[in-house]
Amino acid sequence: MSQHSPDWWYDEAAGPLVRPYAMVSGRTRPKPAGDELTLTTQVRAIRTSSDQGSLLVEHLEIIKLCRKPLSVAEVAAYLNAPLVVVKVLLSDLIQRGDVITRDPSRMAVPMDLNLLQKVLDGVRAI
Amino acid sequence: MVSVQSEGRREELLVPSSVKIVVAGGFGVGKTTMVGAVSEITPLRTEELLTEAGEEIDDLAGVEGKNTTTVALDFGRITINPELVLYLFGTPGQDRFWFMWDELAYGSIGAVVLVDTRRLDAGFGAIDFFERRGIPFVVAVNCFDDGHTYTADEMRQALDVADAVPLVLCDARDRESCKSVLVRVIEHAMNRLDVMA
Repeated sequence: MSQHSPDWWYDEAAGPLVRPYAMVSGRTRPKPAGDELTLTTQVRAIRTSSDQGSLLVEHLEIIKLCRKPLSVAEVAAYLNAPLVVVKVLLSDLIQRGDVITRDPSRMAVPMDLNLLQKVLDGVRAI
Repeated sequence: MVSVQSEGRREELLVPSSVKIVVAGGFGVGKTTMVGAVSEITPLRTEELLTEAGEEIDDLAGVEGKNTTTVALDFGRITINPELVLYLFGTPGQDRFWFMWDELAYGSIGAVVLVDTRRLDAGFGAIDFFERRGIPFVVAVNCFDDGHTYTADEMRQALDVADAVPLVLCDARDRESCKSVLVRVIEHAMNRLDVMA
C-alpha cells in the first residue's frame, strides 16, 4: 500500500515532526465535509479504513479515539491539538467515510420541551 | 452531512446528539470549579488559535510569532443517555475574547452567570450579554467561605437583575449545589418555551 504512494518514505520514516498547521499541510479550513463541525458535534469512527497508508498519525489517533462517540471539543482536548487543526483532520476523515457525524439538521435545535425534560431528568439523576 | 447520508440512517443512530449549557462569569470566579463539580470527566481544556490577520488568510507559515493568541476553553460532560450528551462550557474569562461567547452561546439550552460577591462588577458584562440575546440564564452567586454573606434579595438589587431572572446562591465546589443551579437553568428554559408556545 504505502510503498506505492509517492511520499511513502516521508510519512512512515519521518513521523509528525511538525508544527500544528504543518500537520495539516498549512490548511486552516476544513474540507466542505467538515463545514458544519461545531464544538459539540458528535463524531464516531464507523469502520477500520481499508487504506490507512495515506493517513497521518493524527488521523489514526482520531479514529482510535472515536470508536466511542465524542464531541469535536473532546477530540481536540485528547489529541492536544488546536480546534481548527482537529476540524481539518476530521473533515479529511468524514470525506473518506471513516468517520460519521450527527446530521445537524436532526440536532436538538431549536429546543423542545420533550428534549429539555430529558436533560432535566438526566441532571437530576447524576 | 455527506457521509451520514451515504451511510444511511442506521449508523447515524449510533451517534448521539448533544446539548450544552454555558457557564459564564469573570476571571477566577469559579467557572471551571463548577463545571468540574458536576462533570463525569475531569474538565478538559481545548484551545483555539487566533491570528490577528483573521481567518481569511490560508497560508499561516510563520504564525508562531506574536500575531497568534490562544483562547482556552474548559468544559465538562454529562451523559444523559446513550443518545444525548450535555456539555458544560466555561467562557474564556478575559474580556478580549467576548467574540468567542457567540459561538458558545449559539444553540445552548441556557447559561449560568456565576458571580463572586467580592467582585460584583465582573458579572455585569455576562448578564448584559445573555439579556440582549434573549438566552435564558440564571445568576448564581458563588458564596466563598471568606466572602460576605448577602441575601438573594440584596444580590438581586446590587446586580440589578430583573425579577424574571432566577437568582440563586451556590457553592461552586459542591456537586449538589451545582446540580441545583443546572436544574434551575433547564427549568427556566422550559418555562420560557412554555410562555412562547
